[in-house]
Amino acid sequence: MPTLTIDDIKVEVPEGTSVLQAARQAGVNIPTLCYLEDVQAIGACRVCLVEVEGARTLVASCTQPATEGMVVKTNTGKVRAGRRTVVELLLSEHDGDCKVCPRSADCELRTLAEELGIGELTYTGEKTRRFVDDSTPALVRDTGKCISCRRCVTVCNEVQGVGALFAQDRGFDTLIGPAFGSPLDDVVCVQCGQCAAVCPVGAITERNQIDEVWAALEDPTKTVVVQTAPAIRAALGECFGYPPGTLVTGKMVAALRRMGFDAVFDTDFAADLTIMEEGTELLERLKRALVDGEPVVLPQFSSCSPGWINYMEHFNPDMLANLSTCKSPQQMFGAISKTYYADKIGVRPEDMVVVSVMPCTAKKFEAARPEMTASGVRDVDIVLTTRELGAMITQAGIDFRALPDEKMDAPLGISTGAADIFANTGGVMEAALRTVWEIVTETPFPFPDLHVEPIEGLEGVKTASIKVQGARGEWSFLEGVDLKVAVAHGLGNAQKVIDQIRDGEAEYHFVEVMTCPGGCIGGGGQPRFTTDEVRKARMQAIFKEDEGRELRKSHENPAVRALYEEYLGAPCGELSHDLLHTHYFEHERV
Amino acid sequence: MNEDVKRCECCAEEPTEEELLERLDAVIEDYRGKPGALIPVLQLAQGIFGYLPEVALKHIARRLGKPYSEVAGVVGFYSFFTTVPRGEHLVRVCLGTACYVRGGVQVLDALKKELDIDIGGTTDDRRFSLAIGRCFGACGLAPVIMVDEDVHHRVKPKRVNEILAQYAGEPALAERSA
Repeated sequence: MPTLTIDDIKVEVPEGTSVLQAARQAGVNIPTLCYLEDVQAIGACRVCLVEVEGARTLVASCTQPATEGMVVKTNTGKVRAGRRTVVELLLSEHDGDCKVCPRSADCELRTLAEELGIGELTYTGEKTRRFVDDSTPALVRDTGKCISCRRCVTVCNEVQGVGALFAQDRGFDTLIGPAFGSPLDDVVCVQCGQCAAVCPVGAITERNQIDEVWAALEDPTKTVVVQTAPAIRAALGECFGYPPGTLVTGKMVAALRRMGFDAVFDTDFAADLTIMEEGTELLERLKRALVDGEPVVLPQFSSCSPGWINYMEHFNPDMLANLSTCKSPQQMFGAISKTYYADKIGVRPEDMVVVSVMPCTAKKFEAARPEMTASGVRDVDIVLTTRELGAMITQAGIDFRALPDEKMDAPLGISTGAADIFANTGGVMEAALRTVWEIVTETPFPFPDLHVEPIEGLEGVKTASIKVQGARGEWSFLEGVDLKVAVAHGLGNAQKVIDQIRDGEAEYHFVEVMTCPGGCIGGGGQPRFTTDEVRKARMQAIFKEDEGRELRKSHENPAVRALYEEYLGAPCGELSHDLLHTHYFEHERV
Repeated sequence: MNEDVKRCECCAEEPTEEELLERLDAVIEDYRGKPGALIPVLQLAQGIFGYLPEVALKHIARRLGKPYSEVAGVVGFYSFFTTVPRGEHLVRVCLGTACYVRGGVQVLDALKKELDIDIGGTTDDRRFSLAIGRCFGACGLAPVIMVDEDVHHRVKPKRVNEILAQYAGEPALAERSA
């Protein structure tokens, strides 16, 4: 345990701690542009320079190990000048216009320039090669703004195991991107947007669709309905200065209503519906395997997360049959909205516009899939990220903080706590277990406060085994069966589970995968910047939302029950099959 | 097939892409699972194909379990690697300091004119490709050019045609280094 001195503060740190981490422990702030806690410390940006007594030059504190007796100064004239030069050089190459850049409000480079007191650009010269890649429905890359910090490369390769991005060419010509300058659409990108979530500048952002929504709202011939994903309510507040983990459900509804949506609905409704379908699908698979002895593919994989679906199609096409055939809640909502609901209010599906607000960029891609047209037209028309909704509320001139709390509209705004927790890693599994248990045993789900603790939290892969007791009627074959489940978040972790299954090292009945670390609360479309601390705060908020509900189990949702009674019939029935289920496609891996 | 191009003695026909990929597989098998396998595999692949075509790079990415973006990144980083087909003979002109000051640029210009191609280009008859190098370790003999593995020293711009003439009937680069 080395003890060192940072700006006259003595601090004892564990072996292997970097000077940067030690400084943070001592409460000393060192600016960074490429560092990502627990993910990347490579000294690429050179902004975290400090003076170390006895060292010949300034050192990058993120890669410098803290050693016994080390004396570090973080605020000397030499340090300030060094950092300033580094940022001035970055600015000299940066081909961006801060006045109109979508990142100007929270750009780390611009903020740093301001913090370092850079008033004028000292250096002029060649700019970074600029081209704009808007080949995908989800993401837009602008290479001119890239500062080659490599955060996106590390997240894409190490966290997600996708490897769509890498440094191409060398020296001044280095461009971060796919192989040989290919557009993202041509490569294995799963469009999860984790690259956009960690980008310090405006080099990778979501495709902005705000104006499309305004146009729909202003079109008198259109009925425009909106759905908001569970994870939005725990993060949107951050766009308006609330601390992470502030629930703003009521204000969000009020804002959407004031913006002019004809109905403010909830993806939560469709999440409850998903549980009915996916839970039934699981029980049917188990029955066919255990009773009928059919060669049924198990474990069943969850299918709510579109980045995960893309990943499976590219990287594990031999296991597509494991994926639940259920569409994601977003797409179930779109299909039900433009059939059941459109019919109820007497609107033709082509005259209805369904807008989604998602914590996700891959949802933009998902909505654009050609097979997502169960209603005869595109089921979900426009997808906004949480960040875009925040920007749109600001554009509308709405004082978000002053809004009253309002409630979602019926019927597609009615939901349960089980749907709220879809936002968190482990949440889909927990929601499914709450319902499956009660269908099978007809007794209350026996976990304290309905939470299955082993599958909650930020551990990369979580598992649980639940012994079925009191199985009744047609489900009595499950009596005494240990229901084995696994939960993974981050595609790198998901691949670990897949490898275990393939190698026969582990057996599960049901596996939940969410593409982004932490689940949807850490999605690629959430307000920046998402650290583990922020993830935990948002997850707590989601649990609070769930625990504050009267109804916390999907099968208790009265609006979903009515949907089955009035329209669908039974879960996994014929109409469900047409509207709520889908199929998958194999794509090239490289 | 171009009748002017002489083939190696043992086989009458140019190897098919499939045959080349089979040879590549044998190379990959030797290196699979070893740390740092990518660069030597790329180097040997370039020997087999004469350059690094997309089909070979994607094959390497799949077989070594590496992202294609990373394979492309490594290819782009090292000037040794090329993704465009090369001629039978690779002419490299040293533009290291010693060669540069002793007229390397004039030699380069003469070669460009003689071959009627630019740096990185290949002649229409696919006989010669032109590249620049940074020091072959023969500074005392500057200016230096290399044709395939042969070093030619104290090259005079006027006499580059004589050097090129020596390679009129040599076997192709790809076949020699494979």
